[in-house]
Amino acid sequence: MRLSETQRMFTDKAAPLSDFGSILRRLHIDGPLLGGLLLVCGFGLFILYSAVGENNRLLVNQAIRLGVAFVAMLIVAQLPPDFLRRWTPLGYLAGLVLLVLVLMIGEVSQGARRWLDFGVRFQPSEAMKLGVPMMAAWFLHDRQIPPRIGQIAIVAVMIVVPTVLIARQPDLGTSLLIAASGVIVIVLAGMSVRLMLGLGIAAIPGALVLWSFMQDYQKQRVLTLLNPDSDPLGAGYNIIQSKIAIGSGGMFGKGWTNGSQAQLEFLPERDTDFIFAVLGEEFGLLGVLTLLALYMFIIGRGLFIAVQARDTFSRLLAGSISLTFMVYVFVNTAMVTGLVPVVGVPLPLVSFGGTSMVTLMAGFGILMSIHSHRKLLPH
Amino acid sequence: MSALLSPIKDVHSERRLFLSRVILAAVVSILLLGAVVGRLIQLQVVDHELFAEKSQGNRVRIEPVAPIRGLVFDRRDRVLAENLPAYQLELIPEQVDDIDDTLNRLAAINLVEFEDIPRIKDLSRSGPRFKPVTLRFRLTDEEIASFAIQRPRFPGVDFKPRLVRHYPDGELISHAVGYVGALSTDDLQRLDSAAYAGTSHTGKTGIESSFEADLHGDAGYRHLIANARGRQVPSDTSELLDSLPFDETPMPGANVYLTIDLDLQRIAAQAFEGRRGALVALDPQNGEILALISAPAFDPNLFAVGMSTSQYRELSENPDRPLFNRAVRGTYPPGSTIKPMLALAALETGATNLTRKTVCHGYFQLPNIEHRYRDWKPEGHGPVDLHDAIAQSCDVYFYEISTDIGITNMHDYLTRFGLGSATGIDISGERPGLVPSVEWKRSNFRGDDRRWYDGETVTASIGQSYMLATPLQLASAAAALATRGKRYRPHMVAAVEDALTGERRMIQPERLPDVEISNDFYWQTVLGAMHDVMQGPRGTARAVGFGAPYEMAGKSGTAQVVSIAQDEEYDDAELEDRQRDHALFISFAPFDNPRIAVALIVENGESGSGVAAPIARAVMDAYLGYGDDAS
Repeated sequence: MRLSETQRMFTDKAAPLSDFGSILRRLHIDGPLLGGLLLVCGFGLFILYSAVGENNRLLVNQAIRLGVAFVAMLIVAQLPPDFLRRWTPLGYLAGLVLLVLVLMIGEVSQGARRWLDFGVRFQPSEAMKLGVPMMAAWFLHDRQIPPRIGQIAIVAVMIVVPTVLIARQPDLGTSLLIAASGVIVIVLAGMSVRLMLGLGIAAIPGALVLWSFMQDYQKQRVLTLLNPDSDPLGAGYNIIQSKIAIGSGGMFGKGWTNGSQAQLEFLPERDTDFIFAVLGEEFGLLGVLTLLALYMFIIGRGLFIAVQARDTFSRLLAGSISLTFMVYVFVNTAMVTGLVPVVGVPLPLVSFGGTSMVTLMAGFGILMSIHSHRKLLPH
Repeated sequence: MSALLSPIKDVHSERRLFLSRVILAAVVSILLLGAVVGRLIQLQVVDHELFAEKSQGNRVRIEPVAPIRGLVFDRRDRVLAENLPAYQLELIPEQVDDIDDTLNRLAAINLVEFEDIPRIKDLSRSGPRFKPVTLRFRLTDEEIASFAIQRPRFPGVDFKPRLVRHYPDGELISHAVGYVGALSTDDLQRLDSAAYAGTSHTGKTGIESSFEADLHGDAGYRHLIANARGRQVPSDTSELLDSLPFDETPMPGANVYLTIDLDLQRIAAQAFEGRRGALVALDPQNGEILALISAPAFDPNLFAVGMSTSQYRELSENPDRPLFNRAVRGTYPPGSTIKPMLALAALETGATNLTRKTVCHGYFQLPNIEHRYRDWKPEGHGPVDLHDAIAQSCDVYFYEISTDIGITNMHDYLTRFGLGSATGIDISGERPGLVPSVEWKRSNFRGDDRRWYDGETVTASIGQSYMLATPLQLASAAAALATRGKRYRPHMVAAVEDALTGERRMIQPERLPDVEISNDFYWQTVLGAMHDVMQGPRGTARAVGFGAPYEMAGKSGTAQVVSIAQDEEYDDAELEDRQRDHALFISFAPFDNPRIAVALIVENGESGSGVAAPIARAVMDAYLGYGDDAS
């Protein structure tokens, strides 16, 4: 069956391919980006099946979440960038109001206040993952680029306010990622390298002051993160086990569903934050390089779309979405391989769980919209 | 819209700038992900052999080993708290697919109580998922047998031997030694997680809590070999063990030696049988606490083994409040027990002298005020001097000199005896009580009530008027009387012993500021009067001191629970049992060389000399070697 189909595609390629292409264009979908996403998600489900202990119910669950996320992407792709830009300030303000509401009346779950329930349960901080870079890009849109210091300060306020609100929930991981997505906009807008270096140097004494204000137990926690072997029963356990899993995978891995670290449950959180270690154990260096290559392709395509974009808003936003995605991938893989301290960031599109999946795919929808609406308007 | 109209040159330069930034970002991205790739190559190619060996030898689990908790002994090395082996039921969260379902099925076969399920789920979420959560602390033989049969139905649940804290004398020492209880989520956040990995219990009250740092010790860990199903296999069957890092043995907790005398504790507890109240006995020469009783007590083993929610509710909602430590937390009006201290204050400040006599008619009136302050003896004591006023406990004599002493001097002297502030005993939860003063009233009341009235000074002279003291404070004050002003901080721990080396750290008695009285003759008079309370011809407690083979001193007190309105007859038959007066007594012996000071209260006991004093005598007899079962 499959052979004959492939054959037909090669022999009779002109007609079906151009049909396919025009359908994608009409749906405002970027073919290469869609292909990259489908490959990562498909590979992800494959790994997940092994990581959840061959549990079909959980796998179907995840597939449904992915489906919902793809639909969200499709819908967002239909909205032209100008439309998105016009509604950005209002959406951003609404997001701020919701964040304040969360702190006041949000539902408490596992010690943090993150959810709002108006019939539908949702996390306003998720919306701000897109809201903050959009607002920053909106503000810089009709201004002279590179921005002056005063303008950068205004954008900084737009970033800091939601960041602080989210950090208070408390959700430090998300708030830092959101801050990063806003900072990326400023950097892409051409903030001078000298200013960046200056701020970076100014941050060092700031960190020292912060350290001196920290309680002993907080310092201890930071030190444990930096040296996991000092606490083999607590925070260090995850990292020790994840390094064993990845290292024992070698070049080609132990084979699908054959990783002893993952299958014997020595590896904690193997289906969520540490799923990259399952991949490393069962598919080896070859497997992780394949996944990283797919991620690189998606990031590269995103940056290409940003460069091609027709206005400042679209350029900055597309660049920020792509690079934030890169930050996710880096933070998770660096954490699982023990390069950076353990922070709870899932591996995008692969880890089990769906709260952030929809936001992520909506972001890709924006990329597609930016790319596909490009030619419909005068340059 | 002005942006659209800006010169094309700008648009071009903007695009160029953006392109250069994207290239920069791409380079940074490649460097970052390149670092990850480099790390992967290091782990998977360079160090592959090492990690392959570790994962092969994996099946290795690091398991925390809880330290053995230190023992608690009394002053004659008798065990008050020990550790006994028992089987407990455990659940390992990461090995259980559906915790709700598992717990419900365990509850259905009575191994877990339905009421406890939320608490267990809370615990299973708070720790690392590989750390076992205890479902039941002690299984009976029948339960072990019945679970053994059903074990295949409960993957991730198993029973395991462990040491359970055991208090051989249970109720007898519950308020002194305290108890250990299961670690709560709050405890887990407060305590050092590394030292407590593997520990299930922590001290909650008494010595168990205040000496937790000494008693607990430090966790060790060992490496276990698990088979393909994740179950542990005996480590000595595997040659893999040689390649493992060394295990760390736990540091056992230190043993704690108390100053408590178990025999004395038993005599005192028996005397309180069926009553509510508290007793503290201490050695006036060094502040060592010999007995500390709060009645009713409870069985601390219930906490150590773990009880169901309903059992706990029964204890905590009992109207007699067995969990409440009256000895250090119960505050009562001290009544006439403070008269000896006030007598010293009166002599020292010149409010009275050794020859002054007054005629007691059974009541006292302030100038120009109708109100009659009544003596406990309606017909009066007749002519009395200071000695008689203490020995017979004449209230009128003290009413008369009260305004001359003044509330400020009263506050001053009672404070020197340690009333009104925590004694600093080595268990926590102590209450400071209250010695009122003009300033205290000014800052704690509103309007006209902010003033201190003379009438309040009058009733303060017999230990009423807001005055509150704990039995511990009264014992400490009695000790200060016994030693003519030398004071030591009351304490219960004599020594802490390293369980490995046997090295003992002795805890030295802590001297507190003396109560200084200028004329030793004042001490002689007041203490002589206290002697005559028990062994004088007209002493209030002479029946108790009669025929004793040694000399002793004491002072009774009665504290009103409800205040009686003017002209209303005191009819105790109409009063609910719980509204009867509290009976108090302080005492020390032998008179010339005091070795024990006792203070006690019997709630609603009515008569200090009739009900409380005999208990003090029994305790002193036993300690001085004149008890019924003295050898």
